[in-house]
Amino acid sequence: MVDRVLGNKKAIVFFLFPALVVFIGLIIIPIAMSTYYSLQEWSGFGKGTFIGLQNYKGLLSDPIFVKAAVNSLILAFASVFIQLPISLLLALTLAKGVKFEKSLVTIYFIPVIISTVVIGQLWMKIYNPDYGILNLLLKAIGLGSFASEWLGDPKRALAATFIPIIWQYIGYHMLLMYAGIKSISTDVFEAAVIDGSSWWNTSMKITIPMLKPVLNVSVIFAVTGALKVFDLVYVLTGGGPAHASEVIGTYMVSTIFKGNQYGYGSAMAVFVILECFALSILVSLLFREKEEAK
Amino acid sequence: MSDIVQDRSSGFSISKTLMYAVLFIVAVIQLFPLYWMFSFSLKDNSEIFGGNPIGLPSKWLWSNYSSALLQGNVGKYFMNSVIVTAATIILTSIIAVMASYALTRMVFKLRKPLNSFFVLGLTVPLHSALLPIFIMLRNLKMVNSYWALIVPYTAFAIPMALLIFSGFMSSIPREMEEAACIDGCSIYKIFFSIILPLMKPAIATVTIFTFLQAWNELMYAVVFISDAKYKTLTVGIQSLAGQYTTEWGPIGAGLMVATIPTLIIYSIMSKKVQDSLVVGAVKG
Repeated sequence: MVDRVLGNKKAIVFFLFPALVVFIGLIIIPIAMSTYYSLQEWSGFGKGTFIGLQNYKGLLSDPIFVKAAVNSLILAFASVFIQLPISLLLALTLAKGVKFEKSLVTIYFIPVIISTVVIGQLWMKIYNPDYGILNLLLKAIGLGSFASEWLGDPKRALAATFIPIIWQYIGYHMLLMYAGIKSISTDVFEAAVIDGSSWWNTSMKITIPMLKPVLNVSVIFAVTGALKVFDLVYVLTGGGPAHASEVIGTYMVSTIFKGNQYGYGSAMAVFVILECFALSILVSLLFREKEEAK
Repeated sequence: MSDIVQDRSSGFSISKTLMYAVLFIVAVIQLFPLYWMFSFSLKDNSEIFGGNPIGLPSKWLWSNYSSALLQGNVGKYFMNSVIVTAATIILTSIIAVMASYALTRMVFKLRKPLNSFFVLGLTVPLHSALLPIFIMLRNLKMVNSYWALIVPYTAFAIPMALLIFSGFMSSIPREMEEAACIDGCSIYKIFFSIILPLMKPAIATVTIFTFLQAWNELMYAVVFISDAKYKTLTVGIQSLAGQYTTEWGPIGAGLMVATIPTLIIYSIMSKKVQDSLVVGAVKG
């Protein structure tokens, strides 16, 4: 009888219909449309011309796009090898039971929930060449010669843009890992202590290996997040100066809405989807392989 | 983890002191931008650029807030963000709670494939739909409206909301529905009077998650909204910064106004906020 009630076809349609309409209409169909546009040369008005894979070939020979793609990969690399180790170290330290543990977790997480526009505006002021506190600080400690225009200097703009991005999500990954460590049975750690294992040893030999599924998720989030980045770059530099800090997100938006190259910009959108997908699979494979090697 | 691991050498030790020093410095780094924003939101230029860039304001200039809210339009942007975010939360919750009931509790052939279909949505970047949605909105003459943001935000919030609701729903014992069936309840009655009331904690989690997404979103807001009448805080703050390029006080005030609701929610229920953001990662 339960099965008959729960198998009510009309009710199933009633419950699922709104979600399907919104999901298909605004996510699935648009992806298909992006793919379709990406095969055309189209200025956004009138009809486009079908040009096959020309736009994709164009991407590879467009020095600005290549720079943007490389920059996004640099950010992905920096996220995995700078941001995640900091997060992991914080998570390991906090999870072993320090004073004010809960408050510190709460504080470290704060930048994650603040709007990226607010973070961007604040860092813009931190970097301000004349009144920004970064230059003030450098001058105060006698390193005035290092004071710089940061966001306006093509050599430093990329690093200056990426630092806030990496900083903002340290707390996010820390929390993921912290929650992961907390879910490991305490027996394991007690046994390690009885064996006289130091904290560092325990972390390297027991905690981190047991944390692998969480680390896998963290790496995927860090990598795909880096490939998708838009907000902070848009606010801080808009991709400039002279495309020094360009990423795919900012270049796509300016190609479409300033350059009116709808087809070409769509090829970038499809590129990001495929890149995220491919790298997520690659990361998972790497994690799996390591596990099997042990 | 227990204290045993670390407290073998109780009392003072150099490494322990060093560890606390580092933890404290990290806490200061995380909090400093917030403190600094608060302090310069109450100063005038001569103080920020003059002798007191970092300290508390010597005179608390609340007038920065009135210039941001009134001349800077931040009051209007704030209301727009409230409208867009609230509508997104309500729509997302209703649509997702209904769908996840069918997807977790009901019996039909396509249940599993449909579940995976929605999970796919979690990985789709916003970029991929930006231009097609813009063209749809242009054709429907809906660019520069609240709906231009509400509907796409809802669509992109649904996969995560489904994940959260499904987690809660699958833990409800089957006996509740069986008992209701014996009493002759219809499927709709079961859903509305038995399942929905049990979903309150899940709705809170979905609300927080969706709030953060919608309140902070920039890319769609920049592209779909150019009319000041409909600008949300993220785009509005960008215009404010353009309007007050040399005056930092009102910008700081605008940033504070955009951040205060988030901070209030976080200070009341920080655990719930943290959970709502990691729940997807842990389960997905």
